[in-house]
Amino acid sequence: MAEQFHAQQLALASEQARNPLLAALNAAGQQAFAAASVPNRKTEAWKYTSLHNLLTGDFQRPASQSEFTAALREAATLGNLKAPRLVFVNGQLNNELSDALALEQVTLFSQANAAQQALISQHLGSVLAQAADNQSGSAHLFNDLNNAAVNDGVLIHVGKNQRLEQPLQISWLTTAEAQPFSLNSRLLMILDSGAEATLAEHYASDEQPQNSFTNALTELVIGDNARLQHYRLQLMQEDALHIGSTHVALARDSQYNAFHLGLGTRLTRNDIVVNHNAGGSHCELSGVYIPQNQQLLDFHTCIEHKVPHCTTNEVFRGIMNDKARAVFNGRIHIHPQAQKTLAELSNKNLLLTNTAEIYTKPELEIYADDVKCAHGATVAQLEEKAMFYMQSRGISKKEAEVMLSFGFINELLEALPDEDIAQVLRPLLARRFGRDQSLSRHLLENETAGLSGENA
Amino acid sequence: MISINNLHANVEDKNILKGLNLEIKPGEVHAIMGPNGAGKSTLGNVLAGRDGYEVTAGSVTLNGKDILEMEPEERAREGLFLAFQYPVEIPGVSNLEFLKASVDAVRAHQGKPALDSVQFLKLAREKCKAVNLDQSFLKRGVNEGFSGGEKKRNELMQMMLLEPSLCILDETDSGLDIDALQVVAEGVNAMRDANRSFIVVTHYQRLLDYIVPDYVHVLANGRIVKSGGKELALELEEKGYGWLESADNGAA
Repeated sequence: MAEQFHAQQLALASEQARNPLLAALNAAGQQAFAAASVPNRKTEAWKYTSLHNLLTGDFQRPASQSEFTAALREAATLGNLKAPRLVFVNGQLNNELSDALALEQVTLFSQANAAQQALISQHLGSVLAQAADNQSGSAHLFNDLNNAAVNDGVLIHVGKNQRLEQPLQISWLTTAEAQPFSLNSRLLMILDSGAEATLAEHYASDEQPQNSFTNALTELVIGDNARLQHYRLQLMQEDALHIGSTHVALARDSQYNAFHLGLGTRLTRNDIVVNHNAGGSHCELSGVYIPQNQQLLDFHTCIEHKVPHCTTNEVFRGIMNDKARAVFNGRIHIHPQAQKTLAELSNKNLLLTNTAEIYTKPELEIYADDVKCAHGATVAQLEEKAMFYMQSRGISKKEAEVMLSFGFINELLEALPDEDIAQVLRPLLARRFGRDQSLSRHLLENETAGLSGENA
Repeated sequence: MISINNLHANVEDKNILKGLNLEIKPGEVHAIMGPNGAGKSTLGNVLAGRDGYEVTAGSVTLNGKDILEMEPEERAREGLFLAFQYPVEIPGVSNLEFLKASVDAVRAHQGKPALDSVQFLKLAREKCKAVNLDQSFLKRGVNEGFSGGEKKRNELMQMMLLEPSLCILDETDSGLDIDALQVVAEGVNAMRDANRSFIVVTHYQRLLDYIVPDYVHVLANGRIVKSGGKELALELEEKGYGWLESADNGAA
């Protein structure tokens, strides 16, 4: 089963890769992927995350043209977020909705000019390679697969001291095809020194049962004193299979602020690897996962403190419903040279049913002696006294559950610096908990009535 | 209004209420005093229907309806309101959302017309003002980071919005300075009318200077051991509870 999947993906990758600019990366990727073995239950980093639903798939390349429906259009606009965007449907750029190519900072690998090609050659695969150097197991064969297959992708280059006023939205949408298909998507973003930008990466689909496998890889190169606000939002229909990696390289005094959201699908695995490569860098990483039904959602984060005087604050929260399973593995690795590191990791989980599961493992690995680190993980059910308090005010048990669950997540949404993105997410999440609309209406009422902007 | 007959209740298999009787008519204010561990807070929790407070015998009817089989939210919709001794903080849920959900549920049950968001906001702002809370408290998480006094005023605001027929104030005076106490007492007094009754549970006579009760009961060892008028509170303040408890033990 694994062998067949492996061979099929290798063949598809070899077929797909045909951009001369990327030939060396493709060749290295193909070699690495061919040599790698597919993880199984005995592979520590995949212990609780079965690839069964992926390995049993029979994947083709996506058809050359997919129908663009109203449902996809709606998904693509992300609640009419005001943002220049690129929208891909089953791997293909949708010209109608994609206006971001007009920006000098945004291009595709296939359309890159000479200077941009030089950047791609220099950086593509370089951040990922740092993870392999770290020996932490946070680079895996799906990254090799992406290298093996990459043919086109998105390049965002924000020049020295430039500031992008609006968030950039990159949407990777899928819609079901006649045959199950697999996609490798790639994004490279480079912020030169002093640059500032907001990137909203968005994975979504229409509401039909999906038969796609997306293997996404994002590399973020954040220069001296530069600052990136990153959103990575996974809002796919639950049959979609998704493996995604985000690799970040932080230069001196730079900042990576991020919010990662996973709704949950049959299989979603996310790796986030942040490299503190020079002093003064800061990583502010938060995330939310809320799988339900029989979904499987895995977040593996790895923060590499390689040098002194860097800081990390990481907060993830999850709510598991029905028979869903979530995995959170938060590793902070403090290398021997990384004195004066300040790092904190918090992971709080709510289990809404007796059949939901969470495997949480904060891992602090510290090889320096003058550092300040803290971590904590909790698993709980909804608080009895909060439930009683709400019920004693006439609120039904079901609505109280919805409001408390939402509140647990909303605390992180309230901390987001982009209120317009928080406003897109709130109704989406509220409806997720209140499957019956009457249960989420009070959470959304203020938004719909336009009162939230009013000064009380 | 409310009839409590021979009420026995357990908490974690421990017998706390041991045959409590209390009859309250519309418009009356009854104070319940008593030493620590007498069962004062248990009474409030049992009446409001909290999980883990198990009624083993007796009956409670509110406006003629047996409430003991009702869920906490049904009791609230029937007009029972418990002001908590320690109001719960709920970060991430705004006070306004919470209040609206609460008022909608209670009004719908009582057949009153629903308030739209704009009407409700106006009403909530009025009540904020009435309890001397800044309107910014409507936007904050429920009780999140509120001081002790602010939490109690938030309880009072909820009471004003829900217009219950029976209000149970569970040690509402605890942790309040004299100014906050006066604000809360004024709020309660403003709500007193011929159709609304109060059970004021307190440890100290001080609150009863501001909320003057019609009756005072002493709860000790799970039962009411003495009842009287408001002057009983003064007597308790002077003599303590010791003389009553020993009298009760002698009687038992």
